[in-house]
Amino acid sequence: MVSIDASVAGREPAPGSGEQLRIKAEARSLDFYYGTFKALKGIKMPIYENKVTALIGPSGCGKSTFLRCFNRMHDLYPNMRYDGEIRLMPDDVNILAKNVDPIEVRMRIGMVFQKPNPFPKSIYENVVYGLRVRGVNNKAILDEKAEQALRAAALWNEAKDRLNDVALEMSGGQQQRLCIARALATDPELLLFDEPTSALDPIATASIEELMTQLKERVTILVVTHNMQQAARVSDYTAYMYLGEVIEFGETDQIFVKPARKETEDYITGRFG
Amino acid sequence: MVSGEHSVRKYDEELEAIRSRVLHMGGLVESQVRTALAALDKGDLELAQQSIDADRRVNELELEIDQMVIHVIARRQPTAGDLRMIIGTTKAVVDIERIGDEATKIARAVKWLHEKGAGTRMHRVPDIQHSGEIAVSMLRRTLDAFARMDVAAAASIIKDDRGVDDRFRATLRQLITYMMEDPRTISSSLDIVWAAKAIERIGDHSKNIAEFIIFIAQGIDTRHMTPDEVERALAQG
Repeated sequence: MVSIDASVAGREPAPGSGEQLRIKAEARSLDFYYGTFKALKGIKMPIYENKVTALIGPSGCGKSTFLRCFNRMHDLYPNMRYDGEIRLMPDDVNILAKNVDPIEVRMRIGMVFQKPNPFPKSIYENVVYGLRVRGVNNKAILDEKAEQALRAAALWNEAKDRLNDVALEMSGGQQQRLCIARALATDPELLLFDEPTSALDPIATASIEELMTQLKERVTILVVTHNMQQAARVSDYTAYMYLGEVIEFGETDQIFVKPARKETEDYITGRFG
Repeated sequence: MVSGEHSVRKYDEELEAIRSRVLHMGGLVESQVRTALAALDKGDLELAQQSIDADRRVNELELEIDQMVIHVIARRQPTAGDLRMIIGTTKAVVDIERIGDEATKIARAVKWLHEKGAGTRMHRVPDIQHSGEIAVSMLRRTLDAFARMDVAAAASIIKDDRGVDDRFRATLRQLITYMMEDPRTISSSLDIVWAAKAIERIGDHSKNIAEFIIFIAQGIDTRHMTPDEVERALAQG
């Protein structure tokens, strides 16, 4: 069990809740640079296991930049630099360390993007793609994993009779759930959602939000959203970011009812501008 | 309490409209209570009827404010200070409406006393007049504190409720003495007890509103706390 530093956690769980929180990942003095531009400034923040943590803040505040650090997405671009650490538990490894393979990180930390981005392959091949990359080719194992992932993504009933259909023929909401299934198939420990419903209609949005609530039983979730009501609905913890810093981090109930910082209050009540 | 304006100006206007409606309702109720107490003091049936009639408008305002609140929740999904303002206001409005009901009870007691031919002697139980003055003063200060979201004033109102409760007990003792001395006054004295109880409840409702002011302004729920506990909670923030 990792002890929680209250100064980092912002707030401990409500007295009497009896809930033991485990840290799944933790940013420690994290700076990030695009060239000479410092996009993240000294971020210290825990991500609690089996909880949904939402990152909110105005455009350009660094929330997507922070999210993308978790699966080393920035490594794909030149002139970027990390300082500080993101420790992934339970093995307490700094996933930003140069000697840590980004591919290995991405196996443990999956990502779902703003726009559904299924590959131009069948539904089945989309789901098992990550496993095939890992070298898994046993049909029975792939079938089992595909079914598990599609069930977990609440897509099995809709997809089971059309597994060989092209994924791009699915609706937007189904495609996004397929992307979630694809991410789940490799049994990630942490799942990153970058504005996962901004391209979806309200019904599909509701199904993704419901799914996130169910998925946190098996995977820790970090979500970036511009929709503050979505953060309020789906998350257990919320971090408000501004100009590359975490201004306030705490339980979502506290942030949305009684934020400690005026900057947070101004943002979530729409007085920011 | 949140300061500054929303990016959506209409939202500010909607919140301000609710706030000013509540203050308008509070003003009407304060006047309704004063009228009822004056009716009790003078045994004036006309004033009693005015106070009873005013309750209809107070009730209408409660419904209007509820509709405005529902509208804001549905369209704006208020958060943080705005959310506390909306929730705290909704609850405060219930207490304001009930103060109107208490004023009506005082006015009805005046009518019953008149019907029994009790005259003005029974109305002038010294403690009940004093209780009434304290309760009206509490109500006025509560409404002022609501207008300014003044936490210190709200805490002081919570403390003052004890005074109204003590006065109610003193009135009861006085009325019991009347009844023991002259059993013919029992029926009228019971009417006075109703009025005294209504005055005591006005103090309770003012205290409740003061608690919601603290909740709105600072997010601290002081319900069911003693005045000392309220002070400690405010000191801790």
